[in-house]
Amino acid sequence: MNEIPVDELLKPKIQFATGNEAIVYGALLANCRFFAGYPITPASEILEMMAEYLPLLEDGYFLQMEDEIASIAAIIGASWNNFRTMTATSGPGFSLMQENIGYACMTETPCVIVDVQRSGPSTGQPTKAAQGDTMEVRWGTHGDHNIIALYPNSVQESLWMTIRAFNLADKYRTPVILLSDAAIAHTREKLVIPKQNEVDIIGRVPVTIEKQKYHPFRTGYTHPTKVPEMDKFGNQYHTYLTGLTHDWKALPETDNPEVHERLIRRFYEKIEDNKDDIVTYEKKYIEDADIIVVSYGISSRTVNSAIEKAREQGYRVGHFRLITLWPFPAEKILDLSLEIKKFIVVEMNLGQMYHSVVEFSRGNCQVDNLFSIGGKIPSPKEILKIIKKRIL
Amino acid sequence: MKTVEELREKYLRKDLFPSIFCPGCGIGQIMHYVVRAIDDLEISQDNLVFVSGIGCSSRLPAYFEAYGIHTLHGRALAYATGIKVTNPDLTVIVFTGDGDLAAIGLSHFLHAIRRNIDITVICVNNETYGMTGGQVSPTTSMGTQTKTTPYKNIEHSFNLSFLAKAAGATYVARWTTAHSMQVIKSIKKGIQKKGLTFIELISPCPTSNKRFDNPTDYLDYFLNETIDYSKSCKDEYSSHVFKDLDECFTAHYQGKLIIGEITDLDKPDYHTLYKQLKEKIKNEFWEKRSKGD
Repeated sequence: MNEIPVDELLKPKIQFATGNEAIVYGALLANCRFFAGYPITPASEILEMMAEYLPLLEDGYFLQMEDEIASIAAIIGASWNNFRTMTATSGPGFSLMQENIGYACMTETPCVIVDVQRSGPSTGQPTKAAQGDTMEVRWGTHGDHNIIALYPNSVQESLWMTIRAFNLADKYRTPVILLSDAAIAHTREKLVIPKQNEVDIIGRVPVTIEKQKYHPFRTGYTHPTKVPEMDKFGNQYHTYLTGLTHDWKALPETDNPEVHERLIRRFYEKIEDNKDDIVTYEKKYIEDADIIVVSYGISSRTVNSAIEKAREQGYRVGHFRLITLWPFPAEKILDLSLEIKKFIVVEMNLGQMYHSVVEFSRGNCQVDNLFSIGGKIPSPKEILKIIKKRIL
Repeated sequence: MKTVEELREKYLRKDLFPSIFCPGCGIGQIMHYVVRAIDDLEISQDNLVFVSGIGCSSRLPAYFEAYGIHTLHGRALAYATGIKVTNPDLTVIVFTGDGDLAAIGLSHFLHAIRRNIDITVICVNNETYGMTGGQVSPTTSMGTQTKTTPYKNIEHSFNLSFLAKAAGATYVARWTTAHSMQVIKSIKKGIQKKGLTFIELISPCPTSNKRFDNPTDYLDYFLNETIDYSKSCKDEYSSHVFKDLDECFTAHYQGKLIIGEITDLDKPDYHTLYKQLKEKIKNEFWEKRSKGD
């Protein structure tokens, strides 16, 4: 009765909006109907806007929790009611969420965690942009696991990437980390908001098999994949979930190394086997390049300007922008390393994705870097200087 | 009334027995009381979700033929909040222990009560960390020797039921595992009552808490060394309890365990208020739109 459609709520359709606003619009268009969060700079606007919009929508629920741990716990629990759920935080809050991210991996619970990066460690520089969480995103929770992490570089892309984050989370039954940073979060740019019917929703595969044959973590009932179909509370299947190592019946089995290995390897494989579907990147001028700058997020914007200038001056330089940070496009970096003389990794930390580029270029080419911390976005001039450095 | 065999057939996962619980543990009795309560209330097993944290009592959900989610240490209430808020049709029962609830999970406990989420929390209080081998917990009595208080505990202990009452729980009851009929009645009342209801069950742990060597001595203690707050002590002692905060927040009165129905009050639960709010703001939205805003 008299429900408010999302299209009616998100008006006007063309706005001068921030990255945080774009994430909220993207989430609502992706049918996210539960958000739990805790205030933290520079992510608080996401919490505030969700508090305003979600109660207006049919089946929309919002909670400000007592801390970040409770926030992610609430969204993992709610996800099992067949809800698309999200939380948003920044450095200190993201660190608090790590144990629960592991729980979402272990129980294969789809959810989206937005990490609007600020400078760390600890409280650091709350209002300054940084890219210091990229390894924490990959390895923050204890134990072997796999993860998907996306990182847009503009306000418009923040909207589309949020929708994609929900689709990937459901498709692969995994937490997806959506990275942003204080700069994108608070920059205003033109944003075109699509209509609900222009948005592709790829949802979960529900359990349909007869009850006697159902086992929560057996795969391949209806489609050939390593992702199990997903039950929901209030259904007939009585699924039991645990963070303990479990067999395909979902029951704890903590002494058998084979059960553990089978489970954890499947977590790796369900994502690694589908890298073609998951991994996206943007490449520019790489066909004839001697040098390729690797960057992502806000620093890729200044890299773009630097490369245009370098090209004008006759340097054969290209740009490889990571959009999916994890899984890492290892094969692509390896291929490129055979064609070029040098990679330059530009990032706002003291070397994180740099290590992955070094790892996968396997010594085939040099790997130089431009690291910038303290909230400074590397300027096109600084980047140009590194590009012009003589190749040894 | 169904026989034990019939109840077991309907509500428990038979392939998981024998259970992991030690001989003399009170958790098996509690499992029985919960089964009796949900059977008496004819609760749909499809709509029943047991939520737990980490610890011996948190292993309970696995044994029930219903939905179960064994979450992280201390976080059961936060998970239960997300689950119940987004699906109010579910019956959500939380199993937790004194360490899980009152140490690592205390803030979630108090905030779930403050929000008045319509869930029932059953805390198995054995006054120790049983699963890790018997360390001191927030409910261990002063003067008790444990693995981590080898020279005896010099910290004051919590009375979880009075804590829940102070935070505003709509129904609080405190029993021992020896009070079978009272426990079943309280669980039923807790499930039926709107809002956050809290049932604290003092439970024996002959393996780790070791108050007594012989499990039956626990039963003697539970039956003979307790005073019922709702009956005998309410008039006589309640004024005293609230005059002295220290007394109020300990588990014992004059060396006896305080048991009974501690509180029973009515106030709107979270979902009722949220539903009202939602309806109101939706109407305001359309009114604004119709005025051409």
